[in-house]
Amino acid sequence: MSTIEEHVFKQEGYHLHMIPTKKYKTNTISVKLKSPLNREVITKRALLPYVLQQATSNYPSARSFRTALDSLYGAVLSVDSSKKGEDHVMTFRMELPNDEMLSGDESLLKQGLALINEIIFHPKVEGEALDKAIVNREKQTLTQKIKSLKDDKMSYANTRLIDEMCKEESYRFHVHGYEEDLNDITAENLYEYYQDMLSNDDMDVYVQGNLDPNEVQQIVQGTIKRQSAPNRSENKTTQQDAPSEVKEIVERQNIQQGKLHLGYRTSIRYGDKDYYALQVFNGIFGGFPSSKLFMNVREKHSLAYYAASRFESHKGLLLVFSGIDPNDYEQAKDIIEKQMDAMKAGEFSEEDVQETKQLVVNQLRETMDNQHGLIELMYHQVLSGSKVTPNEIIENVERVTHEDVLQVAKKVALDTVYFLTKEEGGNE
Amino acid sequence: MKTTNYEQIQETLYSKKLENGLEVYLLPKREMAKTFAVFTTEYGSIDQTFTPLGKDEQVTVPEGIAHFLEHKLFEKEDRDVFQDFSKQGASPNAFTSFTSTAYLFSATSQISENVQTLLDFVQNPYFSDESVEKEKGIIAQEIRMYDDQPDWRSFFGTIQSLFEEHPVKIDIAGTVDSIQDITKEDLYTCYETFYHPSNMTFFLAGNFDPETMMKQIEDNQNSKSFAPPEDIKRSYPSEPTEVANKHKVIEMPVSVSKCLVGVKEDTSSLTKDTFLQTDMIKSMVLDHFFSKSGEYFEKLYKEDLVDDSFSFETHLHKTFGFTILGGNTREPEQFQKRVKEMLHELKERDLTDEEFERMKKKRIGQFLRSMNSLEFIATTFVQYRHLGIDLFQVLPEIEKLTKQDVMNHIQNWISEDRIAVCEVRPSEA
Repeated sequence: MSTIEEHVFKQEGYHLHMIPTKKYKTNTISVKLKSPLNREVITKRALLPYVLQQATSNYPSARSFRTALDSLYGAVLSVDSSKKGEDHVMTFRMELPNDEMLSGDESLLKQGLALINEIIFHPKVEGEALDKAIVNREKQTLTQKIKSLKDDKMSYANTRLIDEMCKEESYRFHVHGYEEDLNDITAENLYEYYQDMLSNDDMDVYVQGNLDPNEVQQIVQGTIKRQSAPNRSENKTTQQDAPSEVKEIVERQNIQQGKLHLGYRTSIRYGDKDYYALQVFNGIFGGFPSSKLFMNVREKHSLAYYAASRFESHKGLLLVFSGIDPNDYEQAKDIIEKQMDAMKAGEFSEEDVQETKQLVVNQLRETMDNQHGLIELMYHQVLSGSKVTPNEIIENVERVTHEDVLQVAKKVALDTVYFLTKEEGGNE
Repeated sequence: MKTTNYEQIQETLYSKKLENGLEVYLLPKREMAKTFAVFTTEYGSIDQTFTPLGKDEQVTVPEGIAHFLEHKLFEKEDRDVFQDFSKQGASPNAFTSFTSTAYLFSATSQISENVQTLLDFVQNPYFSDESVEKEKGIIAQEIRMYDDQPDWRSFFGTIQSLFEEHPVKIDIAGTVDSIQDITKEDLYTCYETFYHPSNMTFFLAGNFDPETMMKQIEDNQNSKSFAPPEDIKRSYPSEPTEVANKHKVIEMPVSVSKCLVGVKEDTSSLTKDTFLQTDMIKSMVLDHFFSKSGEYFEKLYKEDLVDDSFSFETHLHKTFGFTILGGNTREPEQFQKRVKEMLHELKERDLTDEEFERMKKKRIGQFLRSMNSLEFIATTFVQYRHLGIDLFQVLPEIEKLTKQDVMNHIQNWISEDRIAVCEVRPSEA
């Protein structure tokens, strides 16, 4: 198995992670800014990626900036916000062709880095404020985004489950922010927060491609300059036990299909010794088409098109989701809970464990074949403060035993059942 | 076995047409951990009316049957094929489109065993009355899931507005009602007709040895017997030039309105030789004007008519084609008015040499980026193959393209009678 090479350089104000590889025809840059989830500033953090993409000091409009990207053989830039445990992570991603694939000396990486640097560190500013017109326009964009998330019922049900389940924990905060906060955001206070973010966020830069690590380090050092150098913050994600009585929430809307989502607590996180057995547990329970959930909810009882589970690596949660007929609520819930009971009773074979280990390893290897996927896997180390590499994860998964999976099963506790269903007396 | 080197993109493709008619393509990429396989039949949701293999009379089968068949091939008399792949560390899947059905797996080990499983399960159908009935519940939930998705509803609503007769207007999965009529016998009829090896393509990309793999596939196929290949007689109704319905409104419990503008494309004069160029020009022109670096996108954005969800796409096939632009909007009326104006304005537009060069560069970059994905290469190669196009010739084709080619195309692209609009609006509570 090929091992992943990672060269980490401690730069002024950030860490540079260089991953040399010959697998791709393009190079990838990923810049990550991380800060603990905080209700006071989360909407500002959600808004900033939209605002920063609209104009910079050297590119007065989004169109002029995007045209510059097009000239770099259609370099792709995207900015997004995500929630990792109880941290908020803003990611700037760029992908651009490897010079080798093109005729002539293009030095695309250098030009690409300059653009990414421009968008993060040199926004369009008027005095002590971001551009007012842009901020106002992007508040509208974000409002529409928040609203449209409610129209995606799977996403909505998942958000509502976490709202209810993590009522007292900062993990509940919505990564795209809150409509009601937008009124109070101004070009001035957003700029103030932006500067705060630049000074205090943990920053990591990933560069991946068929490149020489030391050359890349020289180029990055010459391009991305950060004055402040915060000390890397500790992971402060909290843990809570499941309540003695399971919470059950039923909500009604005018919809065709019911969304049944269940939230469990595992208290197992990236870097924990049980983390590998958790992956195997999830695979047997609901992670693959061979899993108990898929085989029983879908294949045996024809109740759903999808019924699956996934785990959150930094908060210690396991989430089940399925789309069912509104009338099948009790039956589907009962079948799902029975599958969990079976896991806890050790009703899975040695063969199931071996097969699922292979599937988990296969999935990890496939993720490592994907540029962005690999960077996300590598970044787990930064998030958790645990130095377990993707290759070590694979080795550890391969060592998991039936007993290890059973021990994990015993730790998994149901916290909340959430059901989004049709309105009473509504049409069939 | 034929070997083709594509020097510019540094890839080598191995291919062979087997005796039974199956076309096999192998693209080794030894630096990848993963291997991706796709076994495709040129049979999709639009193949509703045809003459079954060995029969004289044409039949019309229930809507959604190609997709139903895709689901049912995974189930065998004694087991579910998902389990076979799972035991071999692979992750299987399948999809049905307008024009094809594809069965696939990805794996990082036991490639030979998984290839065997893929070939064998697709070529050994087992349908029973009981299992057909059981599947109806699962597919009904799949359809209901799509019913609740405003993006899907507006996309399909636009297609239904564009086409009067052509079966592209039928939802790929059918309806909860139409699938009730599907029987085991219908499935066998479709299977026998469309799953003959001569109507199928096998594509494998990733980490394997091409010589051994080709031999394995050939041995596997030689061990099975098939009826002699026949030309499949498919029938599509004649479709008027103009759209079926200029304006359609779907009411749904949404909080944000959507509006899509569709263009019914004229594919009647497309040949194997003009297909790729036409397809590329349309997507490059849309990208030039409507992507984030485009003048029209900037205008729509400044006029508060679009947000990040705005997108555009073109689909060209042998018997139908369409272009769709749109997304969330606060003002559907104004949005459609402006987009239509812009589309009409295209014929008067000129491109500078600099703009044209940038369009080409961007397209080259997009192509190289897509070449990172085994899934993209395999599925797109096969899709292009059905149209007589070689995916790996895209790069030289982009380079060959002249500004005049683009200008000629946009001057004759848009006409009012080929435009339709579909809106999704919040329903009254």
